[in-house]
Amino acid sequence: MAAPEFDLEVDRVTKSYGTHRAVDDLSLAVRRGNFFSILGPSGCGKTTLLRLIAGFLEPDAGEVRIGGQSMRGMLPNRRPVNMVFQHLALFPMISVGENVGYGLARRGAAPSLIRERVATMLKRVGLPGAEAKRIDQLSGGQKQRVAIARSLVLEPTLLLLDEPLGALDLKLREHMKIELKQLQADFGTTFVYITHDQSEALVLSDHVAVMNAGRFEQVGTPQELYYQPQTPFVAGFVGSNNRLAGTAARVDGEVVDLDSAQGLRVRARPSGAIAAGDAVEAFVRPEVVSLARAAAELVAPLQSFAGRVESVLFDGANSAVLLREEHTDAEFRVALPQTGRFANLRAGESVAFGFDAQRAVCFKLARA
Amino acid sequence: MTATATIDLAAPRTRLALGLLFAPALVWLVGLIVLPHVDLAVLSLRSRVAPRTYEFSFDNYRTFIDEPLYWHTFVRTAVMSIVATACTLLIAFPTAWYIVKIARGRTKSVLLVLCLIPFWVSETVRTLGWMILLRESGVLPHLLVGLGITAQPVEMLYHDATILVGLVYTSLLFMVVPLANALESLDDALIEAAYDLGGDAWSILRQIVIPHAAPGIAAGSIVVFMLTLGNYLTPTLLGGKNSLWFTEQIYAQFITRFNWEQGAAFGFLLLLLSTAIVWLGLALTGQRFGDVMRRA
Repeated sequence: MAAPEFDLEVDRVTKSYGTHRAVDDLSLAVRRGNFFSILGPSGCGKTTLLRLIAGFLEPDAGEVRIGGQSMRGMLPNRRPVNMVFQHLALFPMISVGENVGYGLARRGAAPSLIRERVATMLKRVGLPGAEAKRIDQLSGGQKQRVAIARSLVLEPTLLLLDEPLGALDLKLREHMKIELKQLQADFGTTFVYITHDQSEALVLSDHVAVMNAGRFEQVGTPQELYYQPQTPFVAGFVGSNNRLAGTAARVDGEVVDLDSAQGLRVRARPSGAIAAGDAVEAFVRPEVVSLARAAAELVAPLQSFAGRVESVLFDGANSAVLLREEHTDAEFRVALPQTGRFANLRAGESVAFGFDAQRAVCFKLARA
Repeated sequence: MTATATIDLAAPRTRLALGLLFAPALVWLVGLIVLPHVDLAVLSLRSRVAPRTYEFSFDNYRTFIDEPLYWHTFVRTAVMSIVATACTLLIAFPTAWYIVKIARGRTKSVLLVLCLIPFWVSETVRTLGWMILLRESGVLPHLLVGLGITAQPVEMLYHDATILVGLVYTSLLFMVVPLANALESLDDALIEAAYDLGGDAWSILRQIVIPHAAPGIAAGSIVVFMLTLGNYLTPTLLGGKNSLWFTEQIYAQFITRFNWEQGAAFGFLLLLLSTAIVWLGLALTGQRFGDVMRRA
């Protein structure tokens, strides 16, 4: 029998707590060897979804299939799935080697085989010879690797990761991101990773699902999510964005004219059907907005505005300025170009800024 | 420079305040524990040779060795106390587990209070309650006759099992509380992780839960064992004349026979016994007394 194409299929799964639907009629398929992330704010149901896959929860409706096999009624210790917990949940009472060998010992593997496999696995995650160490002797990053080794030594079809980088400090988190991606590429195991940190999801994943209120808003590659958001939620959640709410004054197929409540008119590309008079929301990424000292520098097709620098947010390569549009006081966040042309920009200066309507996106607001 | 208020522990005023603060504890420790024990030690090491004439001797300890009844009682008390401690642990562990890991919100506090409620009644009354239930003309034997299980009312008092039931009942709270504390600090994710990695209930209990709860188990067991070993009322009332509890021997020497020297020697032997068994228990489970008391 040919191996199924999908390692994980979630088929119209629902899980409710009382009247609250934590996971609402949700479907999902993850291809073999993929690094799949589920990105969402806290309380969106992503942990519930992960626990449904791991088997700690049973769905009220629908089915979870792993490697093509239905997991209905199968307990977590029988599923070909292992989980890396949020706080790693390494066993502090036993050594690193025993931690990594725990699952093998539970399967009744011979001690000599366990020793050999544990040694190989520790070598692969870059901790050769760490068997005899105690868990509290390890650094945060090393614990991370032991937690992953402990799961991968069992050669699961699927590895679930529940925000494992959340407890690390920023520097280590950046480092572990790269390490996780390399480990995944190295082992080729299918990873399902949940996080509320969009940068983790974008950097690590082959595919990302953005989750909100128990449903997926959009599933796609990081690039698709970033450049072609399908819903206002995705546009607002993935990456930073300037948000403008208002009504559609004019629609001509490729461009919507939006009048904001403060009276600012901007043009943006519509996503989905929009008619004149609809309540709409437009999103403009900070790096899409061009900055100029004189309005003449911003030539068509850019729509240009005049503004005043409210504050300069210097952050190396991620530097930005906060601007106020001159007439309406609407706030814009604009990325500073890397050329250093605006290195001497100060708060209070008057500048011109503009953006291409095709690179701003406009959504019709759902009627409340 | 910022002015920070620091307390100079060596300043005379602070020293005086600290001294006063510790005074009650010190008086209690020296006056009620150390002094009486020193006196008991002196008492136990002398024997009466003539009225009002005493001399140093090991006679009181020799009597203990020479008289089989004494050291039989001694060993029996130790064994029964160990059994009672083990039974208490077996009953308290699932109870504590349920209170900490399964019960939620109100149920949790209600259950803990339920464990505490029997202690609102004095030990004597509680034990008498057991007697009302278990004596030949009591509630339980009548119930058994009524249900047709026994033809005649059975005397349920004055058995070793009765003593054990009473002791376990009295000790339960002192085991549940340290166990609940120890289990409270066990991260549920550890159990889930072990389960996820293929562990079954038994292996998780043995490899994850018990090692984590070990200090709590040890602390509870030490307290229960000492309470049981030194208990007088429960074995006497529920076991009657046959209870053969070592504290009864001590009581008999002091009060009935007025042989304080012998009683003091017995008292010291009991102290040695409890120390030895606690030490042995800790050594066998590879724990240190300080750790246990700190974590419990």
